[in-house]
Amino acid sequence: MSVPLTLLGLLEREPSHGYDLKRDYDALFGRDKPLPYGQVYATLGRLARDGKVVAGEAEPGAGPDRKRYVITDAGVTEFETWLSQPTEPEPHLQTVLFAKVVLALMLGRSAERYLDTQRGAHLQRMRELTELKRAGSLIDTLLADHGLFHLEADLRWIDMTAARLGSLAEAVRGSGPGGSR
Amino acid sequence: MTADRGPVKASGPVKASGLVEASGLVRSFGQTPALRGASVSVAAGEILAIMGPSGSGKSTLLHCLAGILIPDEGEVWFAGRRVDTMGEAERSALRRERFGFVFQFGQLVPELTAEENVALPLLLDGTRRAAALTEARTWFGRLGLDGRERHRSGELSGGEAQRVALARGLVAHPEVLFADEPTGSLDSMTGEHVMNLLTTAARDHGTTVILVTHEPRVAAYADREVVVRDGKVSSLVPDPLTTGPGFGS
Repeated sequence: MSVPLTLLGLLEREPSHGYDLKRDYDALFGRDKPLPYGQVYATLGRLARDGKVVAGEAEPGAGPDRKRYVITDAGVTEFETWLSQPTEPEPHLQTVLFAKVVLALMLGRSAERYLDTQRGAHLQRMRELTELKRAGSLIDTLLADHGLFHLEADLRWIDMTAARLGSLAEAVRGSGPGGSR
Repeated sequence: MTADRGPVKASGPVKASGLVEASGLVRSFGQTPALRGASVSVAAGEILAIMGPSGSGKSTLLHCLAGILIPDEGEVWFAGRRVDTMGEAERSALRRERFGFVFQFGQLVPELTAEENVALPLLLDGTRRAAALTEARTWFGRLGLDGRERHRSGELSGGEAQRVALARGLVAHPEVLFADEPTGSLDSMTGEHVMNLLTTAARDHGTTVILVTHEPRVAAYADREVVVRDGKVSSLVPDPLTTGPGFGS
């Protein structure tokens, strides 16, 4: 999650105080990890320095910062560019799952048992997200669905890997330090 | 009108543990083994997902637990009573009175209307037609099927037909609902709707559900899942004796 670009998006909606931005960010994007106030103001400061936002005059009232921030044309352009570009698809070949399977096979340990344990952990997380969907709002559902589909993709990989463990073990041992390449 | 829910008459061996239990099940079709010593225990009120690759034996296991198939070896118990040694008539009565079923393609009776399909378990159990249809109609609103009562299966969408099948599986308030790939023919959104309805209705009535699926998103509605692999059942809960540095914890 890019905090500066997300804040620019919130500011494109309407000029806002730092407090409002934090509140909206936490409600929409930061459920598991609220944004610290310090990071909000530090980010707004950098965006202002770079000409992406401008800060209005300080307004009377309590609190450390009563400035209203407004997005600039440069800020809108940067946000729109980011929004229109696809995110780099992650090459999953170097994930922890992959590394654990290869290492288990390399060391003659039970990769199948590891995959079963991982499958159980994935399904437990999917169960939690499914429960979140049942009890939560439409936004919760949107977030949970994203997680569920990714976990499901991992599970498919786990199933395929489990089905190929025999030949994978030969391939891994064959490519080890003592094996032929 | 519905089946007697009193204690099962102990005409055979009695055992007290999970509501549905199986141990050491072996079942072959000709020379092809489907189950090779499968064991599972399902608690009352639990929703269990049975997962596994195609051909692993998960549907055969479900059919043995439901008394549809007789295992070649091993034991199946329901409510403390042994099922695999019952005669066909007794097993048939058990399925009709205590179990409900939902299958992948709904398998509605095409000559009957949707409400007659839902009422079928009640009619087979001796409920009078008017009362059975009245009870059946109460399911249409809660399953989002208002106005479909008089439609035949050919006039229903796949999702509607599957919801009708779900109502038929639950209308007689079975103690155990056996579901074999209940969303297998549906798109993601419709499948999700059916699973929400299935699990909500089951929890409302305290129904035990044994669900075969190859879809993780469907299994995620269950309380627990087991995997059938090569005709045997594996639990996904880590075994503390084998979970150590050995496989990267």
